[in-house]
Amino acid sequence: MKNKHLDAIYNGIIRENPIFVLMLGMCPTLAVTTSAINGAGMGVSTTVVLILSNMLIAALRKIIPDGVRMPAYIVVVATFVTLVDFIMEAFTPDLYGALGLYIPLIVVNCIILGRAEAYASKNTVTMSACDGIGMGIGFTIALIVIGLVREFLGAGTAFGVTIYEASSVFEPIAIITKAPGAFLVLAMLAALQNKFKMKSATNGVNGGEEKGCASDCESCGGQCQ
Amino acid sequence: MSDSLSVKASPRIKTGAQWGTLMFDMEIALLPVVLFAAYRFGFGAIKVIMASVLACVLTEWLYDVCLKRKTGITNGTAVVTGLLLGLTLPSDINLYVPVIGGIFATLIVVLLYGGYGQHFMQPALASRCFLLISFADEMTTYTVDGISSATPLTVLQQGGAPSLLDMFLGNINGSIVEVSTIAVLIGFAYLIVRRAVKLIPPLVYVVSFVLYMGLFGGHGFDMSFIGAQILGGGFIFSVAFFASDIVINPRTAAGQVIYGVLLGVLTGVYRTMGFAPESVSYAIICCNLLIPLIDKFLPGKVKEAA
Repeated sequence: MKNKHLDAIYNGIIRENPIFVLMLGMCPTLAVTTSAINGAGMGVSTTVVLILSNMLIAALRKIIPDGVRMPAYIVVVATFVTLVDFIMEAFTPDLYGALGLYIPLIVVNCIILGRAEAYASKNTVTMSACDGIGMGIGFTIALIVIGLVREFLGAGTAFGVTIYEASSVFEPIAIITKAPGAFLVLAMLAALQNKFKMKSATNGVNGGEEKGCASDCESCGGQCQ
Repeated sequence: MSDSLSVKASPRIKTGAQWGTLMFDMEIALLPVVLFAAYRFGFGAIKVIMASVLACVLTEWLYDVCLKRKTGITNGTAVVTGLLLGLTLPSDINLYVPVIGGIFATLIVVLLYGGYGQHFMQPALASRCFLLISFADEMTTYTVDGISSATPLTVLQQGGAPSLLDMFLGNINGSIVEVSTIAVLIGFAYLIVRRAVKLIPPLVYVVSFVLYMGLFGGHGFDMSFIGAQILGGGFIFSVAFFASDIVINPRTAAGQVIYGVLLGVLTGVYRTMGFAPESVSYAIICCNLLIPLIDKFLPGKVKEAA
């Protein structure tokens, strides 16, 4: 892709999707995706914090001393999280109640600190903003997809609308909305993403192998060695 | 990669035994249990077992077709998984439950981990736990001849004393396999004759479970209590068909002893302190997860495959 801004956004959504490829920010992913709405709320609030903190950290990247950069990043992120926290409490009280503790915990979200450390501290303000937008949209899409699958299988609804009711023919699989279901759905979606070899950082040039590890290291895209 | 370097699915050490013959032995060993279920519960139980077997076989076939590779259903492993799963369910359960269970056991527990021989957990039991959490009401409502009543273990948990003879002969309520102790023992005897089982883990499992129940069960070594604990629930079935599994077991004898003790103690802990009266399946899948650890610390000497 020629445009470097669009490329940074595309990178966050597909090639280095924070959930399915980088496997960052697993706590909120597993905990709040009991429904698509909750996933979307979590995704959007994280995106806002991510974009703003990326921009501010990129702007301050030449001022922050290397030795105390982590505490400095935390202060920047915590400021924006507090803003988002208050705004959500005031305007979306239902969603705020559903997400609960996970809003303040955005402060220690690996994606935000990871992008600050790996990207924003080395790039310009506009590029960092694009990176934040891409990563945020990638995170939000992933959370909505996971939430939608879990909601559909585990409660028979989609975005809160009932699709099917429990009957003698089929009943929602309750375990999918509980904690084990989060791991199952996340792993299945990541496996599908790998199987269909969507262009991402972890799908090597030669592609994966057929089965487990048959010690066929040459054609394996894995990083085990 | 040359053929001499290719790694085939386990069992690797036992010579002469193939997946096909082993699984055929398992099917024969399970036949008495299925026949007894047909006699005791009628057509309902057969429908449940058929649904579960079909779900397992079709899932594996579809998966192989989708991945465009030679299908492995002819060696009968999927049939055995389906049989084992179907037998652990209540006899009059809605048919979507065994179907979902079969799909989960085959697809998620086995195929996604690389197929039979590379799975790390008993597929049938993992799937039973999955169903138990998902469909709690369905899975714990047992009906025999149209009458639903408490299973012996529930009676026991509430302080009652079920009759041991009834439990042995099957005049009780429970899942399909819970009522057929004699049939399970016949199948187990057949497997021992065919040498298709490991004997150390089941023996140690029984001994450690009896010791645990005697010491910490709250009733001392009271034969009627311990007898009811052994005959109740899926204990005998799990000893005969799951603890003795030739694949999901530690490699060395010492490891198998540790595995057996863990099984016995965990089953005891779950039965005495757990909320649910029956927890053998949880105990077994927990211990399945520890097998790689046991093998790591007690690797033993692995003989070269002939």
